[in-house]
Amino acid sequence: MTSPFTFWDARTAEEAATLLSKKGAMALGGGVDLLGEMKEGIRSPEHVVNLRSIPGLDRIQKAERGWRIGATALLTDIADHADLRKDLPGLAEAAAAVATPQIRNQGTIGGNLAQRPRCWYYRSADFGCVKKGGKGCPAEKGENRYLAILGGGPCYIVHPSDCAPMLVALDARLFLRGPAGARDLPIADFYDLPSKNALCEFTLKPGEFIEAVEVPAAPSRSTFVKLREKDSFDFAIAACAIAGKIEGDHFTEARVVLGGVAPIPWRSASAEANLLKNTIADAVEPASNSAVEGAKPMSQNAWKIPMAKAAVAQAIRSFLPR
Amino acid sequence: MAKRTLRVGYPGNYREVEVDSPDAEPAPWDADSKLAVVGKRSPRLEGADKVTGKAKYTADVKLEGMLIARVLRSPYARATVRSIGFAKALKMPGVKAAIEIAKAARFQGDPIAAVAAETEAQAEDAVRAIEVDWAVEEHVVDLEEARKPNAPRVQGGKNPNERGGEAQNTAAEEACSSALKKSHATVDITFTTPVVTHSCLESHGSVAKWESDGSLTVWDSTQGIFAVRDGLARGFQLPAEKVRVLKEHMGGGFGSKLGMGQHSMIAARLAREAKAPVKLMLTRKEEHLAGGNRPSSVQRVRAGADKEGKLTCLWLVSHGTGGINGGANCAAPLMSLYNCPVRRVWHADVMTNAGGAAAFRAPGHVQGMFALEGAMDELAGKLGLDPIEFRKKNDSNEMRHAEYGEGAKVAGWEGRAQLPNAGGPGKARGLGVAASIWGGGGGPGAQARCVISRDGAVEIQCGTQDIGTGTRTIIAMIAAEELGLKADQVRVKLGDTTLPYSHGSGGSMTAPSVTPAVRAAAAAARGRVFEACAKALKGNADSLTAKDGKVVAKDGTSISWAEACAKISGANVSEQATRAQNFKGYRDGTAGCQFAEVEVDLETGHVQVLRVVAVHDCGRVVNPLLAESQINGGIIQGLSYALFEQRILDDASGRMLNTNFSDYRIAGPKEVPEITVVLFDVSNGRTNTGVMGIGEPPIIPTPAAIANAVAHAIGKRISDLPITPDKVLAALGKK
Repeated sequence: MTSPFTFWDARTAEEAATLLSKKGAMALGGGVDLLGEMKEGIRSPEHVVNLRSIPGLDRIQKAERGWRIGATALLTDIADHADLRKDLPGLAEAAAAVATPQIRNQGTIGGNLAQRPRCWYYRSADFGCVKKGGKGCPAEKGENRYLAILGGGPCYIVHPSDCAPMLVALDARLFLRGPAGARDLPIADFYDLPSKNALCEFTLKPGEFIEAVEVPAAPSRSTFVKLREKDSFDFAIAACAIAGKIEGDHFTEARVVLGGVAPIPWRSASAEANLLKNTIADAVEPASNSAVEGAKPMSQNAWKIPMAKAAVAQAIRSFLPR
Repeated sequence: MAKRTLRVGYPGNYREVEVDSPDAEPAPWDADSKLAVVGKRSPRLEGADKVTGKAKYTADVKLEGMLIARVLRSPYARATVRSIGFAKALKMPGVKAAIEIAKAARFQGDPIAAVAAETEAQAEDAVRAIEVDWAVEEHVVDLEEARKPNAPRVQGGKNPNERGGEAQNTAAEEACSSALKKSHATVDITFTTPVVTHSCLESHGSVAKWESDGSLTVWDSTQGIFAVRDGLARGFQLPAEKVRVLKEHMGGGFGSKLGMGQHSMIAARLAREAKAPVKLMLTRKEEHLAGGNRPSSVQRVRAGADKEGKLTCLWLVSHGTGGINGGANCAAPLMSLYNCPVRRVWHADVMTNAGGAAAFRAPGHVQGMFALEGAMDELAGKLGLDPIEFRKKNDSNEMRHAEYGEGAKVAGWEGRAQLPNAGGPGKARGLGVAASIWGGGGGPGAQARCVISRDGAVEIQCGTQDIGTGTRTIIAMIAAEELGLKADQVRVKLGDTTLPYSHGSGGSMTAPSVTPAVRAAAAAARGRVFEACAKALKGNADSLTAKDGKVVAKDGTSISWAEACAKISGANVSEQATRAQNFKGYRDGTAGCQFAEVEVDLETGHVQVLRVVAVHDCGRVVNPLLAESQINGGIIQGLSYALFEQRILDDASGRMLNTNFSDYRIAGPKEVPEITVVLFDVSNGRTNTGVMGIGEPPIIPTPAAIANAVAHAIGKRISDLPITPDKVLAALGKK
């Protein structure tokens, strides 16, 4: 179903920004997500701008400020990076939890963070919906077993990325490049709820693309737990990313972010509070219960509430001495 | 017919039977036969070709000037075409032909029109350019909605959506009620199973080419080359010999490719219209929508047993949908597996506006066994009996009794009571068992030809097809055995309708139907070689044997196979044989049972199958390596059905939502358990080879055994497949 388009190999970040300013231009990383959308006919870019042709954009390096990961770094390379794995085990785990080895060998971190939702109504050209600029959500009265229990409406997608919740927990900054130059922002600010913008989960100005992500150097503990129906290849039913500092038997700093349950990486302040005021062992119950506070299940997805709790509980328990 | 005495049975339990076998055929193999090739583990002959990409599948066929076809399929669950316009499509670059297929769509994915173009992209663009004025009609895809009196009629008019259910049989109902009333223990459980698709890795497809003499050659991804040939011959009103169908290698069929599919006609029609060869391979989405499926089922099972644990009554009322087709009946296991004095079954097929069902590996049996064996476990529980003991009390198949014994040992059945707590905190383990039952004895009619050339080359020609099971390899092994050669010294030609006739590959019929013809043909051709070389060995042809690459006389003198064949006058000897009727041998049908061990995560509802022990029999095992491969495949497909697969339709639109392999989950590497196969080698004395089929038996008990293991682990029965985390959490009271 793919419509004709012009393909560009960008040589520099500046050139990419210029090319992406063309009408109907879209950035291409590994193509895992974009090609799926194009083949289904729900996206028809006139220009496809390849970012992987930019030398050095796939670099993973440790600097004074922390780890800087170029947008076209492969998920496989993040998962397998020995030094990164030591410093940021949660991020390596999140990258390793994505899809299948083949997809991780092709997929990039930039593409993973800017991937579009998996809602089957959204992904099919046969259905119109608010996310595609139409009206309403066919999943509300339809098949919604995998959709959002938190933060939904008027669209109920869940954010599909495994790396995004981990990077929010790690307080990462996203570096964007556009025709007007570069800017950076906390990754949490990159994502919007559908109540603010139903059309897209993130905001990029015309011509802008993700150039890199930086994780601060502050020493931290981190982990990522992903629950799936099928372990060999699945998006998260519920996932939990935790990053923080541990002294003795308790956390002194903690960020708890859920994946797969809300339209954006879902940070839970009350789960964090419960994690901070208890020993790790005693925090499992109250933190996992409070993480799903305010959950509003749809007709078929109430089962995701115990799944989300289980993800949080497993993530917290992973910090207990074995 | 010659009377022959054969030793039949299985290790530890042999007896003699007298059979009538055709005079022309070699003496049937029995338990005493000492075979050199058959029964040995041998790699597939085409294995290297398959892993190096040398093996060509239908999608790999590339012909000079070949066009690519795409199909316009209905986006609506039900609609009629008021008008259709091809003018725009035909003007597009590369487009060479367009055809109309139907004016009405009965389900999403029903083919309406098709185009052929120079490239796939051009064909796709052209399909989108076809102008259709649709009249969308009311549809029904939900099984229960379709049963209601005011539901839209799937087949139009006054045709009821529900069909096949016989009228009330009061006498039978009363007999059941009374038997159940008198029972010591009873169960009444409703089991449900989803629609699942075959999901063959190689999609359905054809490459069609019209020859200059008006004949038609078609490369088709099919389990039945002759069925496709006959279908095309009928469709184009050609004599059958004007159509040639080829299938060299197969990437999965599972029943969905037994008959001629619409794609074959579409490719051939477009090829005729465009005057160029046309390839049409379906996409994954088309496969899910229109490639066939296993129908759903709702099965209410009532069963009773007396104090001694003997069944008193089995009662099944079921319905299910195969979309626009029927075929949802799944009563066979309940009717055939156990001894029971009172039985009653009632079934209705329900028509819905969804893709039509097709035969799917052990049709009806997989669904039926899930329900029957679930009910048996529950009944055993009520009686306080061990599930295997209870089964044995009601099963008179001595093979299966022996298989339960062997399987229980390997699976560690005696430690079962302690198992639920063996998984550590937050986990529960369980061990379940279920039986298999299938025919698989094959039938008459298959033909094979053996051609032995003067240079010693041997070729077996047989119009069967190797659907991935290893048919090519076992044909070579059977002939090699008869000729005293090695399997790789036999060339096998199959998958071509210009070869001697053979049946479609379905019903686990291929090996039992084809091998006796191959053996008889090889024996006859060998006789001709013996005649030719008898003089050189100073003996008469009757006293010679072929062994270890030599022809050996009674006195021990021998010449090599090549030397013997060099005595053939003319280019070669060629003998053809036809498979005879089954003899009345040891036993019909295959038994089998499987044990599944699972671990359930009590927090997430995740089910991991740790181990499956599969005990099966299939007569004489020609090649244990291939038989085990069939069993591994059956178990993985059965596991996938038990835990993951389901077609999900959107009621409001009637459209399928999970038309890819991301949302339509199929078990992958991490889901595959440790599999232990125990094969019973049985001498059944029913043909000259005694071979039986093993394609279907291994999928039949797997879902039932897994479901029984989950019930054992968590103490709650989940009677609705697939057993997904949401259902486990609900059963555990966590939802």
